[in-house]
Amino acid sequence: MDIPSNPPVAAAFLRKGRSQTGSDKPHEKAIGFSLLMCALVSVVTTVGIIFVLVNDSIFNFAGEKAFFQQVTLKQFLFDTKWLPDNPHPRFGIWPLINGTIMVSGIACLIGVPLGLCSAVYLSEYAAPKERSLLKPVLELLAGVPTVVYGYFGLVFVTPYVLKPVFEIILGFEVGTFNVASGGIVVGIMITPMVASMSEDVLRAVPRSLRDASYALGGTQFDVSMRVVVPAALSGILASVLLAFARAIGETMAVTIACGNFRQIGGNPLESMQTMTGFIVDASFGEDDAQGIVVKSAFAVALSLFLITLTINVISQIILRRYREVYE
Amino acid sequence: MTSTASFTSSGDAVMRRRLLLSTVFRTVCRIAVYSAIFVLVTLLGVVLWLAIGRLTPAFFSRGHSAFPDRAGIQAGIWGTFWLISLTTIFSLPVGIGAAVYLEEYASDTWLTRLIKVNLSNLAGVPSIVYGMLGLTVFVRMFGLFGHGIKLNLLNGFLVVPLPFGKSVIAGALTMSLLILPVVIIATQEALRAVPRSIRIASFALGATRWQTIRNQVLPAALPGIATGAILAISRAIGETAPLIMVGAITYTRICPGGVESVGTLLTDPQRVLSAPFDMYTAMPIAIYGWIRVGPEFTSVAAAGIVVLLFVLTCFNGFAVYIRQRARNKLKW
Repeated sequence: MDIPSNPPVAAAFLRKGRSQTGSDKPHEKAIGFSLLMCALVSVVTTVGIIFVLVNDSIFNFAGEKAFFQQVTLKQFLFDTKWLPDNPHPRFGIWPLINGTIMVSGIACLIGVPLGLCSAVYLSEYAAPKERSLLKPVLELLAGVPTVVYGYFGLVFVTPYVLKPVFEIILGFEVGTFNVASGGIVVGIMITPMVASMSEDVLRAVPRSLRDASYALGGTQFDVSMRVVVPAALSGILASVLLAFARAIGETMAVTIACGNFRQIGGNPLESMQTMTGFIVDASFGEDDAQGIVVKSAFAVALSLFLITLTINVISQIILRRYREVYE
Repeated sequence: MTSTASFTSSGDAVMRRRLLLSTVFRTVCRIAVYSAIFVLVTLLGVVLWLAIGRLTPAFFSRGHSAFPDRAGIQAGIWGTFWLISLTTIFSLPVGIGAAVYLEEYASDTWLTRLIKVNLSNLAGVPSIVYGMLGLTVFVRMFGLFGHGIKLNLLNGFLVVPLPFGKSVIAGALTMSLLILPVVIIATQEALRAVPRSIRIASFALGATRWQTIRNQVLPAALPGIATGAILAISRAIGETAPLIMVGAITYTRICPGGVESVGTLLTDPQRVLSAPFDMYTAMPIAIYGWIRVGPEFTSVAAAGIVVLLFVLTCFNGFAVYIRQRARNKLKW
C-alpha cells in the first residue's frame, strides 16, 4: 500500500520493506481499516437510497404492498392524470414530468447562456482585479438557499416582473403561482454553477492555444469563441448537463413559486406541479406511512433519482471520453 | 482574408466588422456577469425592504404565532443550532476519514474505483431523495421497532427513542449523509494540494504512514479542509427539502430540549442531553412555513430570510478569511 506514483528514487526507498513505512504494525492497520470504513459510508448511502426507493415503490421487503404492486407500470407511464388522493385514484406521471420539464427548460434557457457568457468573461476578458471581485459575488449567489429563491419568485418575479410585462402590456393572464417565475429563479440559481464549472474548464485550456490564435491575427472573439470554447467543449457540455440535473432535482423554489396544479400543457404563466413539488406535498403533514399517496411519492422519487442519475452518468462519460488532453 | 486584402479598403471593412463583433461579444459577456450582481442586489434589496420593521429584538425571542406581529424565529435558530452542531459532529470525522483513505491509503483497486465513481454520482442526487432515505432509515427505522421503544441510558439520564422519529438526531443524520460527498471532495482537493515531497521527507525520517498523515499532511491541508467543511455546513444550514421529509415541524414555538438561552446550555445538562431527541424546527423550515401561510406573513418570512442570510454570510466570510490567510502564509 505504498504511495503508487512516487518519483523513482523515493519509490525505491519506500519499497525496501513495508516496515519502513510502518504499514504492518497493528495499530497502523487498524487506522487504515477504520478509514476504509469511513469511505464505505458513501457506498452504503447509495445502497440505502436504492433500497429505500425500491422498497416502497417496486418490491416491499416487509411484506406490505409496494406502489407498483398496486399500480401497473403501464398506468404509471401512459395515464395522463395524476390524482393519488382521489377516491378513484389515477397514477399517470406525465403531468408531473411535464411540470418538471417546463421548469428546468426555462431554467436552462436563462441559466445556461448567462452562465456560459459569465464563464467566458471571467476566464478570457476580466482583469485579475475585476475577477477577484466578481467571483465572490457568484459564490454568494450560489450560496443563497433555494427557499429564498422561491420567496423571491413569489413576492418579486411574479408580481413585479411577469405581471407588468405579460399581463399589463401583452394581455396574458398570469397566475399567482406560475411555472415561469419558478423557472426564472431556478435559472438564476444554476447560473453561478454553470459559470464556475465552465470557467474551470476554460482556464484549463493552455495559454499556448490562445497565443497561437492571437499570433494568427485573431480578435478576442475569434480566440475565445473559435479556439478556447471549442477546446473546452466537452467540459462545458458536462457542466450544462449537471446544471440541468440540478434544475430537475430542485425542490423548494419550484414548490413555492410554481404552485401545485397538475396538468399537461405548455403555458408557462400557469401553475404546474413538478415531481419534486409533489413529493413535498405528499409528505407535508402526512403521518400515515402506509398510504398510497406516500408510496406514490416514493415511486416519483425513484423516477427522479433514475433521471438525474442518467444525466450525471452521461455527463461523466462525455467528460472522460471527449476530454482533450494537453501536455 | 488574405494578407494583401487587409491593405485594401474592403479589407479594412472586414477587419472593422471583426473588431466590432469582438467588442459586441465582450459587452454581452460583461452584461451577463454583471446581471448576476444586479440580481443579487435586487434580491437582497427586496428582502431587506420587506423585512424592515420586523427585525426587532422580540423577533429573536419568540416562536411561531398565528399573529404576524407576535411571530419570531427563536425556535428556528435553536433548531438550526442543534441540527448543524450534530451534523458537523457526524459528518466531518467520517468525511475527512474517507478522503484521507482515498488520497493516502487506497491503491487503484476495483473497490477504490467504485467508491470514487459512487462519490461523484452521490453529489448529483437531488436533496429531496436524501430526505426519503432519512424518512425510512432514521425516522421510521424500517418499522423495526414498531411504534416506539425508549432506551434508558445512564440511569434514565439519557432517554433514546427508537425509532428516532421526527427528532433532531434523525434530521442531523440525514443532513450528514447529504453533505458527506461535499466534505469528502473538498478534503480530497485539500490533501492533493499538499506536495508529495513533504510526505517523502517524513517517510525518510522514519515516520509511519499514519504519523506522516497526522503530523505533516493533515496540518498542511487544514485550511483547505476547514474552508470546504464550512461551505458544506453552510449548505446544510440553508437546506430545506430533506428536513420537510424527515418531519421538522413547521409551526412551533418550542426549542429542542427547552433550551432557550446560552445559559441553559451550560447549566442544565439534562436538557442538553434530551435536545437531540426532541422535536424541532429550523430556520429555513420556519421561513417556508411563513411563506405557505399567506401574504400577511410575507414580511415575517422576509425577516427570517434576513437572519438566515446573515448567518450564512458569516459562515462564508469565515471560510473566505481562512482561505486568504492560508494563501498568504503558505508558499510551496
